[in-house]
Amino acid sequence: MKLQLKIWRQRTSTDKGAFVSYTVNDVDPEMSMLECLDVLNETLIERGEEPVAFEHDCREGICGSCGFMINGVAHGPERATTVCQLTMRHFKDGQELVIEPWRARAFFPIKDLIVDRRAFDHIIEAGGYISVSTGQAPDGNAILVGKDIADQAMDAAACIGCGACVAACPNASAALFTGAKIAHLSVLPQGKPERDRRALAMVAQMNAEEFGNCTSIGECTGVCPKEIPLEVIATMNRDYLRASWTRREDQSETILPFTEWSTGSKLQSDPTSRD
Amino acid sequence: MKLDAKIPSGPIEQAWDKARFDMKLVNPANKRKHSLIVVGSGLAGAAAAASLGELGYRVKCFCFQDSPRRAHSIAAQGGINAAKNYPNDGESIYRLFYDTVKGGDFRAREGNIYRLAQISVDIIDQCVAQGVPFAREYGGSLTNRSFGGAQVSRTFYARGQTGQQLLLGAYQALERQVHAGSVTMIPRTEMLDLIVIDGKARGIVTRNLVTGALAVHIADAVILASGGYGNVYYLSTNAKGSNVTATWRAYKRGALFANPCFTQIHPTCIPVSGDYQSKLTLMSESLRNDGRIWVPLKKGDQRPPNEIPESERDYYLERRYPSFGNLVPRDVASRNAKAVCDEGRGVGKTGLGVYLDFSDAISRLGEKTIRERYGNLFDMYQRITDENPYKVPMRIYPAIHYTMGGLWVDYQLQSTIPGLFVLGEANFSDHGANRLGASALMQGLSDGYFIIPYTIGNYLATNKFPKVDESHAEVQSAVSEVRQKTNKLLSIKGKRTVDSFHRELGKLVWDYCGMARTAEGLEFAIGKIRALREEFWQNVTVPGSGDDLNQSLEKAGRVADFFELAELMCIDARDRNESCGGHFREEYQTPDGEAQRDDDNYSYVAAWGYTGPDSPPQLTKEPLEFHYVHPSQRSYK
Repeated sequence: MKLQLKIWRQRTSTDKGAFVSYTVNDVDPEMSMLECLDVLNETLIERGEEPVAFEHDCREGICGSCGFMINGVAHGPERATTVCQLTMRHFKDGQELVIEPWRARAFFPIKDLIVDRRAFDHIIEAGGYISVSTGQAPDGNAILVGKDIADQAMDAAACIGCGACVAACPNASAALFTGAKIAHLSVLPQGKPERDRRALAMVAQMNAEEFGNCTSIGECTGVCPKEIPLEVIATMNRDYLRASWTRREDQSETILPFTEWSTGSKLQSDPTSRD
Repeated sequence: MKLDAKIPSGPIEQAWDKARFDMKLVNPANKRKHSLIVVGSGLAGAAAAASLGELGYRVKCFCFQDSPRRAHSIAAQGGINAAKNYPNDGESIYRLFYDTVKGGDFRAREGNIYRLAQISVDIIDQCVAQGVPFAREYGGSLTNRSFGGAQVSRTFYARGQTGQQLLLGAYQALERQVHAGSVTMIPRTEMLDLIVIDGKARGIVTRNLVTGALAVHIADAVILASGGYGNVYYLSTNAKGSNVTATWRAYKRGALFANPCFTQIHPTCIPVSGDYQSKLTLMSESLRNDGRIWVPLKKGDQRPPNEIPESERDYYLERRYPSFGNLVPRDVASRNAKAVCDEGRGVGKTGLGVYLDFSDAISRLGEKTIRERYGNLFDMYQRITDENPYKVPMRIYPAIHYTMGGLWVDYQLQSTIPGLFVLGEANFSDHGANRLGASALMQGLSDGYFIIPYTIGNYLATNKFPKVDESHAEVQSAVSEVRQKTNKLLSIKGKRTVDSFHRELGKLVWDYCGMARTAEGLEFAIGKIRALREEFWQNVTVPGSGDDLNQSLEKAGRVADFFELAELMCIDARDRNESCGGHFREEYQTPDGEAQRDDDNYSYVAAWGYTGPDSPPQLTKEPLEFHYVHPSQRSYK
């Protein structure tokens, strides 16, 4: 089949960017969306043009690297499917697909369909972990976790950090992402000791990164390739509220957000001298 | 050169304790004076960076992806082995050790494997404490499942996403150290050369993949945890970005590369569907617990599977290997799939596929139980193939999945370059000629959490580190070599794309150095690979510049290294005149078609050294000794 791809092209983060239309002939219905872009890119390179830059790695829907909007929907029309596993059989011959990157203030553009999602790493860095150093653990079965609790934790832990939730949200909120990690850790007995501190720190960092507020619209869970349930946001809010009552003295320090890809353009010497 | 594995003498059960006691320590106040580089942020790299940061070292960790959480360990599905014996079914450290030595077809070191089995129990504890949501019984205890190559249930899992959950555990531990200031995370950055000064690894040259800027990072030691080289085959289950560049550049700087021809073909992947195919998708080996593998008895039987009666099906693994059945190790399962397809009994459009059938398990256990065990895998299969595996059998075919070969390391995980340590799939150490399922996660985490924190201390405490800056001649020459290579790739401006070369190279390696190999085929492949490599350097086209994000340039550099590696793999495979594990030389097989080892002549690790662009690599042998598990013909019958 034949498809029209209208793709956002932007050379660098400071360029204005624009849509460019391409026709791809010989699209096989078994191809994935990314393989369709591969085919387009091969023809662009052969013509001496720059290929469309897009992020991808595992192509099995688990690494969270890939993702863009297709006709206004994050990861395209199939539920619970990343673009790397979205096969072309879901589109019609002759259809036009408008492809553009995630758009959110906290995700600044890098090139074409690639945006910077380091804000997510910052949120985890602020407190998305259980503080246990290597070697400190008791026997695995010393901590009993009921099957229902383990399942609940796993449902939330399935998040792949792709950013579709932010891209789909009219407020560009990261509540589903942040809530997923808070819910994963706070339902488990291992995560209880740091529950309050974690909620305060992660929410503070989420706000510092210029994500919008959650107004419970629910677009996020609708596009989530791992179908993270909306309840994780309720868990986050509950934990945050509880923590703000009981630990008001804990002022979390947030990390300064990135505003550009700021790592010099010429040869740098070793900047290890931190002490 | 004589290779010393530095395995402690004495009883194997006490070797690791003895080694740890004999190691020199770095006192806590001095740790922060040492800087370390970790390349890669998968299970081995993230675990190492986090653990070393916790100890107080100053660590820089690099990954080429946008975040350390993307590393390809994330895609491991089935599980992680540990000798916990929670099911009370006969498991022990010794049995895990025994199974791994035998599973590797007696081509790995006993000492390393015993240590791995010992550490396996600590890994589970550590991951549980981090909050990894392992599968549980109703009573709250950890649950286990069985896996290929084992008759006990020793595999811990988190649905079909065990790798994801273990990696996120390590990633979170890493981010905690980033927050604490002990680890600096440098994403979207690729290592392009190793800096060796006075014979010691002292740093790396990197390229920032967004700005194109080259940078020099100096440290007291360098740890490579950059994964395997399965993408040399182009089509593999590896992530598209997985590459050999970090380890290959280390090889060219003097580190020996061991057993490059030991590659693993995974038996259960979704078959290839067309020429556009960019990668292969693995279906976890755990599916073989409940799925039965079969093909039609008759050649060219085109009937849909449901119309083929029981009596006309050949459950060939159950028939040939009654005691292990569908749970034979990966190399055996893969080879048998190839054999039945070669006989013309393969299924699907291409004839390169066999059925993996769950109908018996569904009628025995109910669809709900099967959905609980494998739901996400079944969904994935359906998304890709548009077929419902609850109703029709899956079609599967082997694909390259893991590479047992890698940089040679001793018991301390140190390569032949002092100060260069290699962890996880990037080293060659623990799996011999075939890796058992659910052992890769175990090895990555063992190396990262529990081995390198000790062994690196010993290195740091017993060596001196004179200050090095970027004006040093070795640093300058490494940087200018990287720059020249980049410029060269951009200046060729030929007619063929990088991918078209990679695809052709991959096909050659798959056809001649894949599931079955012959001396003649390998000889032919070496010639073809050289010719293709020459064409690559004359006729590749890499659009764009080196000063910004250029994915074609990244790929070109990696494929250039794959060309050189492919040749070494074929040389190694041609040199090893025996069959063992995943290395199956057609000339060497038993009368019933099993791999025929030659222990008298080939019971060694083949470690290859770089001698220059136009001279053949030099072979050094590390003899293997077996004091506990005596080499025998592997039998799973």
